[in-house]
Order: sequence, then structure tokens, then C-alpha cells
Amino acid sequence: MRQVAIIDYRLCNIDSIRRAVELCGATVETARDPGAVRAAAKLVLPGVGSFRQAMANLREAGLVDAIRDAVGGGTPLLGICLGMQLLASRGSEGGTVEGLSLIPGSVERLDPRGSDERLPHMGWNAVDHDRGDPLLNSIDSGRDFYFVHSYHLRCERAESVLATTPYCGGFSSVVRNHRVWGTQFHPEKSQAVGMQLLRNFLTHA
Amino acid sequence: MLKIRVLPTLLFKEVGLVKGIGFRSDRPTGSALQAIKVYNRRDVDELVFFDVAASQVGRPPDFALIDDLADECFMPMTVGGGVRSVADIGDLLSVGADKVSINSAAISRPDLITEAADRFGVQCVVVAIDVRRAGDGWQVYSHCGTRATGLDPVSWAREVETRGAGEIILTSIDRDGTMSGYDVALSRAVADAVTIPVVASGGAGSYEDMVEVLRDGGASAVAAASIYHFTQQTPREAKEYLREQGFPVRL
Repeated sequence: MRQVAIIDYRLCNIDSIRRAVELCGATVETARDPGAVRAAAKLVLPGVGSFRQAMANLREAGLVDAIRDAVGGGTPLLGICLGMQLLASRGSEGGTVEGLSLIPGSVERLDPRGSDERLPHMGWNAVDHDRGDPLLNSIDSGRDFYFVHSYHLRCERAESVLATTPYCGGFSSVVRNHRVWGTQFHPEKSQAVGMQLLRNFLTHA
Repeated sequence: MLKIRVLPTLLFKEVGLVKGIGFRSDRPTGSALQAIKVYNRRDVDELVFFDVAASQVGRPPDFALIDDLADECFMPMTVGGGVRSVADIGDLLSVGADKVSINSAAISRPDLITEAADRFGVQCVVVAIDVRRAGDGWQVYSHCGTRATGLDPVSWAREVETRGAGEIILTSIDRDGTMSGYDVALSRAVADAVTIPVVASGGAGSYEDMVEVLRDGGASAVAAASIYHFTQQTPREAKEYLREQGFPVRL
């Protein structure tokens, strides 16, 4: 089913993700209220900026329970960048904040291992995977995707981690729990390989 | 491994792209939309777009223009020029900029950096620092290189980092458009003073210039304009050369 609802909680621009998903052949709607989230065939949760602010916006719009209900009912969801981090149990940016708790783990600041590892982690870096997952179909391990972030999702369970990226000792760059996926990079800014990942989500998720 | 980024800079004035020397940007170089379409096809790492007329005459960014360009831009884009307020930054992000570059407004009111980072996140706040040599050191200039600020680029860079900038685009006005090489010492001094990425800009005339500022200047990315406008050199070839020299690039 190629219908996707992008969750708009007034934190970031959703134009570029909308355009990218449309180019993949999907019909896109914007979900701003709980009803739209619950009715969606597939959900994309984008986001940039602050974990705390994002959770506050989601809560205020009544979207936290709606997202959990939709996912609990089997709706596939793809979280992107901050949207992936929000899937965690909790964030640590400016004190502990409860997350969507869809993937067990916490969001922590990256820890540079030397002066050449600057933060934010900004630019193109490798996404290494060897587990095989529909989201990564036709994407070779080691391909570069576009990142811009200073925090990462530390998963409690190894089976949640689909791919890692070699920076600051290595962090989880693609995660999954049942029908919930997350990418720390921006597929919508990662050109051909990013479009492949979005098509995979539309086709196989 | 994080890749070195090779960024074309597009300078926009009134109706089209321009490029000059020492910030006197008056030589027309074509259509912005066409340039973006070409760079899309070439899988450029990232794009920097400055509306120089907005900075010079103090008008706000042309949001409709950026909206049109962003619709065609399938690579990350930093937009600057005429940005005065948190509202300007929000509007640019909402029409499709991935990062917003501030310069003169940050110098006159440094709190703008803090407010923007708190509101939109460190990752989309870029501070552009334009610098001329002054005796044995350097001085920061605002308003498209027309006003001396009395600021030292190294201490200003530290301050913008502390206030929440996620990246610095560091331009040598002396080298701008000359294609005589980056100011490597300037890049080194600023890159050593901060832990956020520094984009070196101003002076690229050859791929070897890029090697120098990456190797000796500590830059995380190299921006350039004239080299792509006025020579046959391309971002793709630049990256091939950098790879031969042992730098991690995306090809």
C-alpha cells in the first residue's frame, strides 16, 4: 500500500521528506491530529532539533498515544533523525525526558574519540549492515548516507540494531522493533541510495 | 568514516548567479535553478546558497525564491543572506533550507545564535565568518565584507560555538575569487579553536588547494565557487583527486 502519512508536530519542515516520498510513487498526507495518525496506512515521523521540545509538541497535539496505538495495531512507522531518537524509551538532552518507548533504549550525546571527531556529526558517512532487512534491500553495506546530529539512540537490545556507523566509537544508524524502523540519517537528503531506502519502506514494510 | 564534503557555493544577486573577486560579486554566471539541477545530477555532497544582494542592501531573504529552489534541490542546502531574526530562520527552514547561515545579524546581536539553536537545534545554525588579514592577524568583517567589526576570528569562532552554532563557514575575503588558494593558516587557527565543523571558503583554484586546507588547515569541508564557474574543474573530479591523496570522500 503506497499511502503514507507524515506526522507534522510543528517542529520541522516536512517539505523535503514529502517530496522524496512522492517521488517514490506514494500518496502523501500530513497527519496533525490523533485521528489522522490512527487512520494512516503507514507513518513517517521526521524531526530535527530538541528531543524535549519534540516530545512536548507531540504530547500537546495528543499524538503520543495515537502513535503508540497505531503501531500497536500493526501500522508500519519510519522515524527519521530526531524522529528515530523519539522512538527510544527516554532522552537525556537537558534532563531525562520520556520518549515514545517503541524501541528500548536511551538517547545520549555522541562521545568524540579524538579532535578529528567534531560534533555535530555532519555529512556523509557509511551505514554498515549484515543482518538483512527489507528496509535495506538492494543497499550495499558501507554506502554513505547524510547525517546531521549530536545525539544517538543507544539500544538496550542488540536485536534492535540493524546497522551501525563508524563515528564516536560507532553508533546505531538503523534500528527496528517489529514494524517500527528508525534511521539516524536523512534518507530524503541522501540522493539515490536514500530514495531506495524510502522505496523499500513503501514496498516492504 | 565521515567523508570530507566538497561544496559548491552559489552566490545570487537580483536575478541570477554571480561571482567576483574580494566580495565584489558582479560577474553573471547563470541561472540558480539550472545550477541546482546540474548539481543534483552530479550527486553533489551539499550546496551553499548566499543571496548577496540581500546582505548588501539589508533586505530580508527572498523566501519565494528559496522555496522554488529548494523544490528542485535534492541535496542538503545551507541558505544565507539577509537573515536578521529567529523568524527569518524559521521561514527559511520552512521553505526548505536544511541549514541557515547567519553573519552580520549574529555580530550585531550574538543572542540570535543562542535563540536560533534553542528553537531549531544546533544542527541547522551555521555562522558565516568573513575575514580579512590585518597586520599579523585577522579581522572579521560584516555586511558582505564592507564593515570592519574589530572582532578576531578565533575568539569570535569560540563564541559562536559556545552560543550554539553547529558549523562555521569561514571565508577569506582576501582570497575570495582569486583562485590563489585558501588562507590555510586562518583555517587552522579557527579549526583548532572549536570542535564544530569548519567549512573553508575563499580562494580555491585547484584541487591541490583543497588538499592543503584539509591537511594543514583542519577544515571538515571545502567550499568553492570560481573554480566551478570559470574552469573545467568539477566537484566530482575534486573528490576523485582527494581520494587519490588519501582523504575519505563519497564517490
